[in-house]
Amino acid sequence: MEEIASLLGGFSVVLTPFNIGLMLVGILLGVIIGVLPGLGGANGVAILLPLTFTLAQQPGGTTSAIILLSCIYWGALFGGAITSILFNIPGEPWSVATTFDGHPMAKQGRADEALTAAFTSSFVGALVAVVVITFLAPVVARFALKFGPAELFAVQFLTFASFIGMGRGSPFKTLASMSLGFALAAVGLDSVTGQLRMTYGFTDLLKGFQFLVAVIGLFGIGEILLSMESGLAFSGAKAKLRLNAVLTTWAKLPRYWITSIRSCVIGCWMGITPGGATPASFMSYGLAKRMSKQGNTFGKGNIEGVVAPETAAHAAGTSALLPMITLGIPGSPTAAVLLGGLLIWGLKPGPLLFVEQKDFVWGLIASMYLGNVAGLVIVLTCVPLFAAILRIPFSIIAPTIMVICAIGAYTVNNAMFDVWLVVLFGVVGYVFNKLSYPLPPLVLALVLGDMAESSFRQAMLSSQGSLGIFWSNWLVGGIMGLGVILLFWPLIKRVLALVRRRAPAGAPS
Amino acid sequence: MSDGEGPGGPPLISVRTMDIVVALLMIAAAAVVIGDSLRLGMGWQENEGPRAGYFPFYVGVILAVSSAVNLVRAVLDRNGAGKTFTTKPALLQVLAVLIPLAIYVGAVAVIGIYVASIAYMALFMWHFGKYPLWRGFLVGFAVSAVFFLMFEIWFLVPLPKGPLDEPLVPVVSAFMKSIGL
Amino acid sequence: MSKQAHSRWSRSLILAAGAAALAAGAAAPAAAEAWQPSKAVTFVIPAGTGGGADQMARFIQGIVTKHNLMSQPIIVINKAGGAGAEGFLEIKGSKGDPHKIIITLSNLFTTPLATGTPFSWKDMTPVSMLALDQFVLWVNAESPYKTAKEYIDAVKAAPDRQFKMAGTGSKQEDQIITVALERVTGGKKFTYIPFSGGGAVAVQLVGNHVNSTVNNPIEAVAQWKAGKLRPLCIFDGKRSIYTNKVTATMAWSDIPTCKESGVGVEYQMLRGIFMPAGVTKEQVAFYVGLFQKLRETPDWKKFMEDGAFNQTFMSGDEYAKWVAAAEKTHYDLMKEAGFLAKP
Repeated sequence: MEEIASLLGGFSVVLTPFNIGLMLVGILLGVIIGVLPGLGGANGVAILLPLTFTLAQQPGGTTSAIILLSCIYWGALFGGAITSILFNIPGEPWSVATTFDGHPMAKQGRADEALTAAFTSSFVGALVAVVVITFLAPVVARFALKFGPAELFAVQFLTFASFIGMGRGSPFKTLASMSLGFALAAVGLDSVTGQLRMTYGFTDLLKGFQFLVAVIGLFGIGEILLSMESGLAFSGAKAKLRLNAVLTTWAKLPRYWITSIRSCVIGCWMGITPGGATPASFMSYGLAKRMSKQGNTFGKGNIEGVVAPETAAHAAGTSALLPMITLGIPGSPTAAVLLGGLLIWGLKPGPLLFVEQKDFVWGLIASMYLGNVAGLVIVLTCVPLFAAILRIPFSIIAPTIMVICAIGAYTVNNAMFDVWLVVLFGVVGYVFNKLSYPLPPLVLALVLGDMAESSFRQAMLSSQGSLGIFWSNWLVGGIMGLGVILLFWPLIKRVLALVRRRAPAGAPS
Repeated sequence: MSDGEGPGGPPLISVRTMDIVVALLMIAAAAVVIGDSLRLGMGWQENEGPRAGYFPFYVGVILAVSSAVNLVRAVLDRNGAGKTFTTKPALLQVLAVLIPLAIYVGAVAVIGIYVASIAYMALFMWHFGKYPLWRGFLVGFAVSAVFFLMFEIWFLVPLPKGPLDEPLVPVVSAFMKSIGL
Repeated sequence: MSKQAHSRWSRSLILAAGAAALAAGAAAPAAAEAWQPSKAVTFVIPAGTGGGADQMARFIQGIVTKHNLMSQPIIVINKAGGAGAEGFLEIKGSKGDPHKIIITLSNLFTTPLATGTPFSWKDMTPVSMLALDQFVLWVNAESPYKTAKEYIDAVKAAPDRQFKMAGTGSKQEDQIITVALERVTGGKKFTYIPFSGGGAVAVQLVGNHVNSTVNNPIEAVAQWKAGKLRPLCIFDGKRSIYTNKVTATMAWSDIPTCKESGVGVEYQMLRGIFMPAGVTKEQVAFYVGLFQKLRETPDWKKFMEDGAFNQTFMSGDEYAKWVAAAEKTHYDLMKEAGFLAKP
């Protein structure tokens, strides 16, 4: 096949000692950037972009430059999981869903297992996405073009529907928590009318409530306050160091192959459309919980709850590069910065890039394979090291986490106000936890609220106020239909069960 | 998750009281949201769809209604009065973290994040971990130094600085350059 | 509270630094005219990562580093909140700080007018204009319209709101141009649909979800080259100066002006640099010199051509006058469109 020949050509471009060196540097930097909350892949790439300027001037330099930057991106994708699992602080927005089961696992002394599962799943997700990019790029790019506002809203609705209705506890507390999330998301500039909402004249509120600021407080600081109360320690500290953790975890992982495949599909789809890695991780987690036989142990340290979001997030993060290469449309903020990079280096991303800059494109794709393999090896070797961090006494690690949270909050927007917000959200997280108000609906509403509202209103503008646009073609109608089924699934399940019981000689459940 | 069994001691606040307080706060938040939605217009505009206040308005209403239900439930709940939200020692323990944290954030704004972090870490380790102060300062300094190099020198991401660390930036930057980092 | 404390400190710091600078100036009068930044310069972008202003600012950062145009590094930060208000308020609040500069978009004018956020260009010191960004009327290449006149005639003939225009942001440059276009459509309105960025806007047009856009050249050039989009006219007084072929048959200079095509609308977007108020003449002069040097680099020239920028350069009074006139234009256009914030 033509693609394979081109890909081999790509490998020969990438496999020089210099480029491999850049790859390793990029991944290490990326892991650091991913670990630090607030400093995301997009910032990391943007910060280092000017440095690549000189690099890109040399012959073949643009390939080296993109290898460096994209490896930072892979590193950041891997790194986001580390603090999520160890400290309940999501280093990146897409690793929020990883905290749900990853951190409980760490508390049970299974941090190494959770980390291995997270890294391995990330790798699988990315690998599948790269294969999709290699062989299906033109087809998939055309698919991405079909997504107008109505279709995007349908995707967001589906994400929401797949995640909702799965909390334990009071449905009214779930509802309150969720609508609080939506309300927080609405603060700031309304992107459709350009009006300021709920700022009441405070300039600090102009930028609204940032998702990351909220989760750093709710999860990170909230967790520390909870552990302070119950006696000064992360329970994970007692864990033994297991050097063979990687191997024993790998032995378990193949069991979750259905979850992996489902998550890969969700991830690739969400990355391309562009729905984004964060919604992908939530959707994948929600579906895994519903479809798993041990769905009721999700949230208490089920390894499947780590596999699902990590696979989807990485698949989405990787496939988000596809529309950038083929259409010149960024599928994620990081892709947007990379796109800027291409322009600055004098390349023109777009449909002709594959033709005009063959070496560059195939070099990039080859570096996706190699970068992810290299990344996996690096982070897996470090698993015992990361797990050992939990053995540091709590009275040292806790203030360090606080400092990291403060830095993270500040770097999101370079605003001191956000640091205060993190403290406030920490208290909210602590109180909500103790009163069993669920936090996941709040953060999901916060991340999806704005996007879903503007997609909905863009769709309304283009249909001139007619709701029929959500059923106007098979694509949008199909996604909406799926969403409705998922939303009412608990109800449907009950009705089905009822029907089955009524039937004579009912099968044993 | 945790049902509030911290260090022993008589219950200070019951779950019921806290439930009521939170529900009332949420209703207040809902009022703020609804108030501004009315200013923005919460209707459905012909040919254009929902106006800027449409979604926030209904979100506010749902928030208010669900919180009202939570409020009524909490008031009627006789069980909750028996469950402990927090005890006095537990609350003190939490405040012992929270108040220094607030002071730390306040200090960040004034003397910069690096210096404030060193002091915060040293005092935290000294108070909770019974480490000697000098060790706390050492660890704090190490952590701050790593972040300083990473943010100010390599990534060029400026964090809040005060009179003590601001002048260091060009000096350290020149030094790192001279040794090839 | 924290913010006040922070700014109070930084202000007293600046005072101290200012006093030191004065003392130094008195000691060595010859050095006074050659002011140099004494620490890293913060370059504020009142927009998100990945957009046009962000690309330009990071490009400038790259060129300055590469050609060693300044002894201190440039640090780029994004302050996009409230349609850029956050960034401008930061500069407004940094009175007298010579180590901060900001790049502007049209939101310098549109944001305070549309949202009532209290800032204006008069709260800052104009440094220089770098370039003017162009706007082009684009349609999908599969659509039957070959000229702007044909397209506008189609809008005139169709029912009201039939034609959809996608653009970046709400009550900002793209929507202002759309409203200006409605002057010549015989009372027929476009349905304007705001998106978050130029890339998203271009894909909506390529995917046929809307009928036209007024993307900047750089946002749509890739799709034009690939034969997916067709430029109808450029919203400038005269044609572009770039004659190198972009597609097989056309160069930027082959795109007629809108006026030529009978659509009398002109609009360009300022890409300029401002500093906080209360800085000295020497400090402004340093940055004007810096950007003049920047413009001489081959990298910059190539960047300008790739994005089909209008390379007008201005500084000093001339620039301030231009900005004042532009503010008036925006005020008039937005007033007419009903975009002004209610007091």
